[in-house]
Amino acid sequence: MSINVEQLRREFPVLSQTVNGKPLVYLDNAATTQKPKAVVERLMDYYYKENSNIHRGAHYLSMQATEAYEEARETTRMYLNAAFSREIIFTRGTTESINLVASSFSQKFLKEGDEILISAMEHHSNIVPWQMACQQKGATLKVIPMDEQGVLRMDTLDELLTEKTRLVAVSHVSNALGTINPVEDIIGKAHQKGIPVLIDGAQAVPHMKVDVQKLDCDFYCFSGHKLYGPMGVGVLYGKEEWLEQMPPYQGGGEMIKEVRFTGTTYNELPFKFEAGTPNVGDVLGLEAALRFVSYLRHDVISVYEDSLMQYAMKQLATLPGIRFIGTAEHKTSVISFLFDDIHPYDSGVILDKLGIAVRTGHHCAQPVMDFFNIPGTIRVSFAMYNSLKEIDLLMDALKKVRTLFS
Amino acid sequence: MNIQEIEGEIILEFASFEDWLDKYNHIIESARNIPRIEPKYKEEKFLIQGCQSQVWLRADLEDGKVIFTADSDALITRGIIALLIRVLSNQPPQDIIDAKLEFIEKTGLHQHLSPTRSNGLASMVKQMKLYAIAFKAQTEAQ
Repeated sequence: MSINVEQLRREFPVLSQTVNGKPLVYLDNAATTQKPKAVVERLMDYYYKENSNIHRGAHYLSMQATEAYEEARETTRMYLNAAFSREIIFTRGTTESINLVASSFSQKFLKEGDEILISAMEHHSNIVPWQMACQQKGATLKVIPMDEQGVLRMDTLDELLTEKTRLVAVSHVSNALGTINPVEDIIGKAHQKGIPVLIDGAQAVPHMKVDVQKLDCDFYCFSGHKLYGPMGVGVLYGKEEWLEQMPPYQGGGEMIKEVRFTGTTYNELPFKFEAGTPNVGDVLGLEAALRFVSYLRHDVISVYEDSLMQYAMKQLATLPGIRFIGTAEHKTSVISFLFDDIHPYDSGVILDKLGIAVRTGHHCAQPVMDFFNIPGTIRVSFAMYNSLKEIDLLMDALKKVRTLFS
Repeated sequence: MNIQEIEGEIILEFASFEDWLDKYNHIIESARNIPRIEPKYKEEKFLIQGCQSQVWLRADLEDGKVIFTADSDALITRGIIALLIRVLSNQPPQDIIDAKLEFIEKTGLHQHLSPTRSNGLASMVKQMKLYAIAFKAQTEAQ
């Protein structure tokens, strides 16, 4: 099996438009992916035929919607190969998943003088929640450094994992550099010292098969919208043993067992962490996305996306004055670069005029930009529907940018 | 020339360009003529917030007129602020405060004006007007 890109693109109506009179070349997939018809149609079906509040009513629609919602949880469990579906919490996205753990875990387990360990290549979403937790508890945030290639300095890990470390939070794949981090090794080393590990999988899940039991991570977070699903929905996987011990994140309906003015008892997992009416429609949309990706098969998608990246790297390397930011051996679907002295913002404006959507700037990873002492980069990121022809169009456009600014 | 006359001049220049590429070329050309802020002022105090590229802007009052100097690390941004300076620099504070800056829309530069656009043209205009307001208040107090 392989990807038939022409056929596949027909599943993504947004891709067939023109921008500024040019065919859209969408290479900003690390920011968000486009949605296949299967996902949009699932949302429509839900709102046209099934909409109802769940876990409450005894009426037909409510029972149907409840069943569909819980089935989506089971689909997500299978997708991640979690042990139990109660270990799957639906959230608004990766950011909320991390905030949930940072808040709830820290409330129970973090105290003054403790340490949380993150890495030098984290997205702001995997920095700020931990900074907030540390500030609140008087704990310290420690950082695993990286080298000039954008690879984590694993040699520093033993020293950084101390008896004060309460949790390690690292990205599976860097959004700014594309580096695939050796999370198995990090988890193994942390577990030797009894320290739990949270993996920010926002950039990994779209490009590789993730098996949370095989990884043995304690928490895994991702967003639906980077995986061809709707915006505003995401997943937190947490090992039952941790989730059971953690206090609720938000209070409200759904997460309670009994409410009296004298006190409240909380519902069991996963409902304890899903206060209020859940985002049923988008969860079903996410389920459709997971099915869509599973149907195409991750191994097939990975091979195809790797071929896109190899081709793009080879072509880009022919541009004089190009400087790749992030040159790790293990990378996926993200290429960050600068060329000549052209400011990434200038390139981005002109590329947009030429119909090419890339991301320019610091990619919500300012510490990474500071490390390389650059204002930002041009980031090209691929999805399953990109084509070799689009990379050729990108190359033509970059040559025009060069002419304009030289 | 007063503000409106200079605006008219810029509108005419832009009207002569047939495609967007020429417009951008003109913006980039304008960047080369920017009255540069002295390097020693390239510091936090003169940095305009809300820009994906960095913009430093400084203003001085000379003989009742505001003199702007600026710089940016991105060429397009530098070109845009150079055009703003061409219109607003060397003018009395009250005229700057009153300026409607219609040239921004008439040249198509308004595409960059939306507050969500990261080059922060809106922030630049706001900052220039704030300087004018400050100088006016300062003059009146004397």
